Amino acid sequence: MTLHVDEPAAQHADADEAVLRISGLSVDYGVGERAVRAVSDVSLTLRRGEVLGLAGESGSGKSTLAYGLTRLLAPPGVVACGTVIYHPGDGSEPVDVLALDHAGLRRFRWAQTSIVFQAAMNALNPVDKISAQLTDVIKAHRPDLDRAARIARARELLGLVGIPADRLDSYPHQLSGGMRQRVMIGMALALEPRIVIMDEPTTALDVVMQRQILAVFTRLRKRLDFSVVFITHDLSLLVEFADRIAIMYGGRIVEEAPAAQIYRDPLHPYSDGLLHSFPALRGPRRELAGIPGSPPDPRSLPSGCAFHPRCPKAFDPCAREVPILGAPGEAGPGAAQGAGGGARSVACWLHTSDRSTA
Amino acid sequence: MRYFAQRLVFYVFTAWAAVTINFFVPRLTPGNPVDSLIAEYQGQISTQAVHSLTVLFGLDKQQGIFQQYISYLGQLARGDLGISFHSFPTPVSSVLAQSLPWTVCLVGVATVLSFAIGTLLGVIVGWRRGSLADMLMPITTFFASIPYFWLALLAIAAFTGVGSFLPSAGGYDPGLVPGWNGAFVASALKHSLLPAATIIVTSVAGWLMGMRNMVVTVSSEDYVTVAHAKGLSERRVMLGYAARNAMLPSVSGFGMALGLVVGGTFLVEYVFSYPGVGLELVSAIGQKDYPLMQGIFLVITLSVLAANFLADLAYMALDPRTRREG
Repeated sequence: MTLHVDEPAAQHADADEAVLRISGLSVDYGVGERAVRAVSDVSLTLRRGEVLGLAGESGSGKSTLAYGLTRLLAPPGVVACGTVIYHPGDGSEPVDVLALDHAGLRRFRWAQTSIVFQAAMNALNPVDKISAQLTDVIKAHRPDLDRAARIARARELLGLVGIPADRLDSYPHQLSGGMRQRVMIGMALALEPRIVIMDEPTTALDVVMQRQILAVFTRLRKRLDFSVVFITHDLSLLVEFADRIAIMYGGRIVEEAPAAQIYRDPLHPYSDGLLHSFPALRGPRRELAGIPGSPPDPRSLPSGCAFHPRCPKAFDPCAREVPILGAPGEAGPGAAQGAGGGARSVACWLHTSDRSTA
Repeated sequence: MRYFAQRLVFYVFTAWAAVTINFFVPRLTPGNPVDSLIAEYQGQISTQAVHSLTVLFGLDKQQGIFQQYISYLGQLARGDLGISFHSFPTPVSSVLAQSLPWTVCLVGVATVLSFAIGTLLGVIVGWRRGSLADMLMPITTFFASIPYFWLALLAIAAFTGVGSFLPSAGGYDPGLVPGWNGAFVASALKHSLLPAATIIVTSVAGWLMGMRNMVVTVSSEDYVTVAHAKGLSERRVMLGYAARNAMLPSVSGFGMALGLVVGGTFLVEYVFSYPGVGLELVSAIGQKDYPLMQGIFLVITLSVLAANFLADLAYMALDPRTRREG
């Protein structure tokens, strides 16, 4: 079913810079005949120090993608195919995350890839003190540290996110929503991971708090130099915050480009629709427009391009064939990987010159 | 601390209400204790005795109801619950002192064990849902659905009899004198095995099911996913995150179950002729022994209150959200 052909050969200069390389990742819910494909054939590269935004409507598969690549999918979710390769910075062998055994996975988690979850309200264990929740992860990964050192580290982490150290003895219900989310960010940095996945980290917060959290986060990112996968449905946030943006629809990436390019000149009609469905934070006023229709049911995706029933520009081939993700104006294998340093790719028949290849 | 004080005041008030009702109810019923006693010992009490009984019960003093109430409270404070009709003139308090330890030990220990076993199994079954461990559910539910007395009778038929290690009735060997010596304790333990086992078998399913369902619910909470993502060991996630939160509702249930230890299990004692409070209550009802019934009801009420208070304390210790600073 995949039209996308992977070719490691075309990777260019920044192969050494890649921290995480996802290729051909598909995630199903359920197995066998009744399996529902929530993420299909996603290839992405996360580079060192970069913020990669992942945007899309509810049900577009963005969170499932994040859970799939960290192997946190709750049953019946399963990774159907694809690879996730993590490149440790210290020159050791790349790690195939999907092939790690239990012990290896436990060591990998949080030490290399941590996650900040959507609802900070529920992400902290309600019956444990903040200190216990910050130190248990340190204890699990750094058995060499004694209790005093762990507490000192927890204190330091709270300091990083601007929370007074006496909050260590608080329980989660005694903190405000913003504080809880900051605790989660501090917790995510406990082991200085190289990748932080943020799954709608500010969705449950008010706008002022969103700003605060993002400011804290931007500051820390400059200081600690980790890469970020930032998942949200709020494209306006990404435009400001991300270096590159990948737009997901119906479980596929439909467009991937540097943030500024997506903002100025979205190629895919869906990206265009998303951009026009919220007011710009800066710049002139413009008319808002929604995208008609509703997100597709992954159990019965439309034929061809999943977006075509809602697309204002749909034409002849859209309903027949799935468009390939490739550089605009080109088509075919290899184009997707051109998405490296600044190049862009889009999966839309409007931007495919040679339509006969598919 | 303020919450704690509030609860304490509430329980003291409830206890006072129970005691007061216990005082008024018998006074609302027609007749007096002397008549009841005469009825109990039909034809065995001479007419001269009636007067001395009236004096003994204090019915000759013509006190007002309020004075009676005050002296009743004074009696209670001294642990005086009146005199049993049936085992006249043994005080009710000594009858209770004889039977209460048996019930508390047998049913109390069985309830605690049942809770511990059921909760532990529930955690495992809930954590490994979809695996073979799920088989425990229908099996335990099957035993829970059998009426208790029927299961107990079957157990007596199957496991006791001539030559069996397990006795079929009683709390200890009739040849022994109760006391803190090895032979007696061993005999008491032996006699309690079968009743305790039947209690556990029939009640474990409730704990198991409740705990399993809560573990399944809690397992999909974000904080459990976070715990997994943190790379904590499976054991730590299961016990420290999932089970720790899942057991909160069970704790309230456990408090209630402990409260019912004294009053709720006369069936056990009846079937196994176990010398506990339940059996005492059944015979008190049969013999219209009102003072004894009253005493037992009071003890049941107070033990329910005490157990609930303990459950409140446990809940406060386990769930920081119920502690209110103030």
